[in-house]
Amino acid sequence: MRIGVVTFPGSNSDVDSLNAVSVAGVEAVSLWHESPDLQGVSAVILPGGFAYGDYLRAGVIARFSPVMRGVSEFAAAGGHVLGICNGFQVLAESGLVPGALLRNRSLRFASKIVAIKPERLDSPFTRAATGDPIHVPIAHGEGCYSADDATLDQLERDGQVLFRYVRPDGTPALDPDDPSNPNGSLRAIAGVCNAAGNVAGLMPHPERMAEAILGTDEGMQLIRSLVLSAAEWEAAGRPPARGGRVAEVAK
Amino acid sequence: MSDFRFAVNVLPKPGILDPQGRAVELSLPHLHVTSVSRVRIGRRAELTVSAETEAAARDVVEGLAKELLSNPLIEVFTVELLEATSSTTSAAGAAS
Repeated sequence: MRIGVVTFPGSNSDVDSLNAVSVAGVEAVSLWHESPDLQGVSAVILPGGFAYGDYLRAGVIARFSPVMRGVSEFAAAGGHVLGICNGFQVLAESGLVPGALLRNRSLRFASKIVAIKPERLDSPFTRAATGDPIHVPIAHGEGCYSADDATLDQLERDGQVLFRYVRPDGTPALDPDDPSNPNGSLRAIAGVCNAAGNVAGLMPHPERMAEAILGTDEGMQLIRSLVLSAAEWEAAGRPPARGGRVAEVAK
Repeated sequence: MSDFRFAVNVLPKPGILDPQGRAVELSLPHLHVTSVSRVRIGRRAELTVSAETEAAARDVVEGLAKELLSNPLIEVFTVELLEATSSTTSAAGAAS
């Protein structure tokens, strides 16, 4: 099995993502933005960085690149796609995950370690998580998750909120001005998935905490979850995505 | 064919937090300005479209504004015609 990592002009976490996939014991394949051919990979990571210079709005120009045609078709066919940081912005601009990422409430670029907690451990992207807070870096200027109240209610109801920023005591940093909420995200949302549950995005960088030598390997909980889900999807003969409440997966 | 020059003004949707607007507003007391409120910061694009009619050109601009220049989840836009020039006139102008 192989997992692909897209490189856009301006991606900067593509190599970290390729490394994290390798650390998980899976062959990592680099995918170039100019080709819609995903080379038969079993899952796709859209990495962090500043695709196309983040001109106009972060992620919007990347949305129209040839590789995103392939990624959209792959997602529609039930393949798993994980967008990290700028990759999350690309997915949001593409409408592949709900909501939008606004300028950080502080107006400052935020670069630090944050704590996030998986909302559920039965999703394709959190199944290998322990459930404890995961400490991972953020590095972004536009990470303030935003959607209207009706959408936020629906996301919570349907299990599409995957991660929230949490305070040192492990409770969600719901107040946008809470120092543990690094960008003012509504309802402390750090990551969401689509209705079918096979496309997810988050602002923090799990791939940058992939080995003890980098500080911790806590981020591997997410990468391993993706690997498990991709393997299961392949073993099941690539079943299409299902609508409705996000499917629960076996731990 | 004529050339139509448009401006697309994009602003944060009402109700969407606009930290830039808020920062500008908070700076106003330093300028001793107390009569200004509700500052919203957006962006403006200007572009020229070649088309048979203004309506056809406006359709192109509206499509781009919706699809690319704004994100309808968080922004609203207005389209403004700045100038219309006949292409034949400008070609003659270039030749003279």
